[in-house]
Amino acid sequence: MRLKETPEEQAFRRDLRAWLGEALPALPPEPPFEDWAAKRAYDTGWQRRLFDAGYAGISWPEQYGGRGATPSEELIFLEETEKAGAPYVGCNFVSTLHAGPTIAAEGTPEQRARYLPPILRGDNVWCQGFSEPEAGSDLASLRTRAVRDGDHYVVTGQKIWTSHAQVADYCELLVRTDPEAPKHRGITWMVMPMDSPGITVRPMRTLTGESEFSEMFLDEVRIPVENVVGAENDGWRVAMVTFSFERGTAFVSELLGSRRLLTDLVEIARKTPHGHGTAWDDAGIRRDLTLVAAELEAQWALTKRNVARAARHGSPGVGGSVFKLAYHETRERMGEVALQVLGRARLALDDPTGLSARHLDHVHQRLYSLSLSIAAGTAQIQRNIVGERLLGLPKER
Amino acid sequence: MDFELNDDQVALRDELRRFLADRMTSEARRAVIDMPGAVDRALWRELGGMGIFALTQPESEGGVGLGLADATIVYEELGRAAVPGPLLGTFFAAGLRDAGDEVAELAARAAAGEAVVGLVPAGDPVFVEHLAGLDALLVVADDGVTLVDPPTSSRPVDRPLDPLTPVDLVDVLPPGRGVGGPDVAGGLRNAGALLAAALQVGLAEAAVALGTAYATDRTQFGRVIGSFQAVKHLLADAQVQVEVARAAVQAAGVTIDEFLRAEQAEAGTGDAAGVHRISEPARIVASRAADRATRACIQVHGGIGFTWELDAHLFLKRALVLDVGIGTPEAAADRLAAAL
Repeated sequence: MRLKETPEEQAFRRDLRAWLGEALPALPPEPPFEDWAAKRAYDTGWQRRLFDAGYAGISWPEQYGGRGATPSEELIFLEETEKAGAPYVGCNFVSTLHAGPTIAAEGTPEQRARYLPPILRGDNVWCQGFSEPEAGSDLASLRTRAVRDGDHYVVTGQKIWTSHAQVADYCELLVRTDPEAPKHRGITWMVMPMDSPGITVRPMRTLTGESEFSEMFLDEVRIPVENVVGAENDGWRVAMVTFSFERGTAFVSELLGSRRLLTDLVEIARKTPHGHGTAWDDAGIRRDLTLVAAELEAQWALTKRNVARAARHGSPGVGGSVFKLAYHETRERMGEVALQVLGRARLALDDPTGLSARHLDHVHQRLYSLSLSIAAGTAQIQRNIVGERLLGLPKER
Repeated sequence: MDFELNDDQVALRDELRRFLADRMTSEARRAVIDMPGAVDRALWRELGGMGIFALTQPESEGGVGLGLADATIVYEELGRAAVPGPLLGTFFAAGLRDAGDEVAELAARAAAGEAVVGLVPAGDPVFVEHLAGLDALLVVADDGVTLVDPPTSSRPVDRPLDPLTPVDLVDVLPPGRGVGGPDVAGGLRNAGALLAAALQVGLAEAAVALGTAYATDRTQFGRVIGSFQAVKHLLADAQVQVEVARAAVQAAGVTIDEFLRAEQAEAGTGDAAGVHRISEPARIVASRAADRATRACIQVHGGIGFTWELDAHLFLKRALVLDVGIGTPEAAADRLAAAL
């Protein structure tokens, strides 16, 4: 067991830090709330800067234009970019972390040549068309139909929870190509150009007031056969390949962002009047904040463990589920104590009185934390995974 | 950075786990209750022979020459088997140096498992664990560590919290000899907190394993109860806390070892703040994991979980005992709060 960095890792960190010091001051101002076109321009602009500096596709294999960094280096990359306040992956999430790596692994040489370079350069934005209204946790029961018609598929159905659909160029789409086969065997993974006729995107507003997600209605959308990645009816396996790229680093930015939130909350507590002193003088609030800090540090240790496992065995195993379950609980506790600290300042989602020296929106974060036990596998599904795969308990049926 | 057990560490863990699974069965553990001070001296010598108490002592001094990270792995196994006795006191006694020949001799005997040494925080009156089984007692105060003879005037507690941890109430400790100043006391408190946390991680995982075994075997409503999500999720949540706590405890051990190595190479180059940043959380989350796991284990067993006959209460009570040795989770939380 070793936490100390190798000279190579130290050099990687030093170079990255130096580059961030130059690149970040040159960034344009952040896009306004809910302006998705501006958000796209901002996020893809950042991706382009990463590309020019050699940091695009940090975990992608070098042969496909990535940097081929080790999981430890990827961890350092995420740590340094977060520390420096660099933009998050944002609109580039599906392209750089899902669709891109999947096409690199499963695509044809033509598909790789066509789709991967624009992803790395930040020219294209991708969205994900997996979930459906009737296929959430039970994703494999998806019903969007694709019927072969000559050298095209004709696709009809409905998708939901499609992030950034309103500004995407392509969609990684899961469709049912064989309705007679067992549910995992009749699915196909294909690339849908978002300018195809028959696509209607209807943004959904979440309880935080944002419309990052959309519903997507597909009405006889014609998709060329050559857009299938992997084989017809082999899409479930291809989708699983996507998830297997997880190297224990999926929630690193989240976790580090939470550390920053906690530090900020402590500062706010120290100056916010509460009873006869400040909120920090309240032993209950102080203890709650301390417990959150302790849990976040412990989860940072778990993250390093998961990354080490992924480096050795190719994936962190159930470590990702373990992390998510611990993390969402901590974030919920942090949300509770944040609102205690803020008192009546909780009445605003953002921070109109300027309590946060870092311009962080703790009330928004309190609401956002509710999604952490739902998105990317609900807490209940994660507990099944831990119970069955780690403890070996029997399945329900 | 490679935060995963190496082959030697895996071998160390597996060998000890096998030994204890064999040696510290439920019956063997309960048999210890009737031994003086609930100390199995034969087991103590066996553990001493395996180097458990001299683990972090340099090889030049007859020790094993490993670090605290390795010690967390070993103490997790001792916790998993709920080995009764003053493990931490004997471990620290084995490292006593520069305090005269008499102390050096005790240190050597502790290292070999020939001497049984207790460990208590200073206070008045003092609860002393395992008193009837002790050869010596270390008393840790803020300003230093004292080695005293086991007090002869004491009142045994009739109903100790943990049947495997008999307790005596001592009004006044006999005077002893100083074996270290504030630095030694501080180092002992930090290492003690870490190893107590490691013991709790082991206890916690043993509790989850006991609950899991029962949930896999017990049938109600025509089904194995572990297939019910209400039961499965209770155990999964407990295991999640165990995994997080283990990572934190091992990270703290590695961080302390790396700090000591840096200081040894060049004084002032170790990352002292980094040590505290992970050590205090490790103490806190291990205690909470043990609490959650032992409660889950009892709940999964239903009524049987509330009986004396099942080992679940032994894990629970040992975890509660470990919360109030030297270096408590509350003190860790206070230190962490001060650093925030």
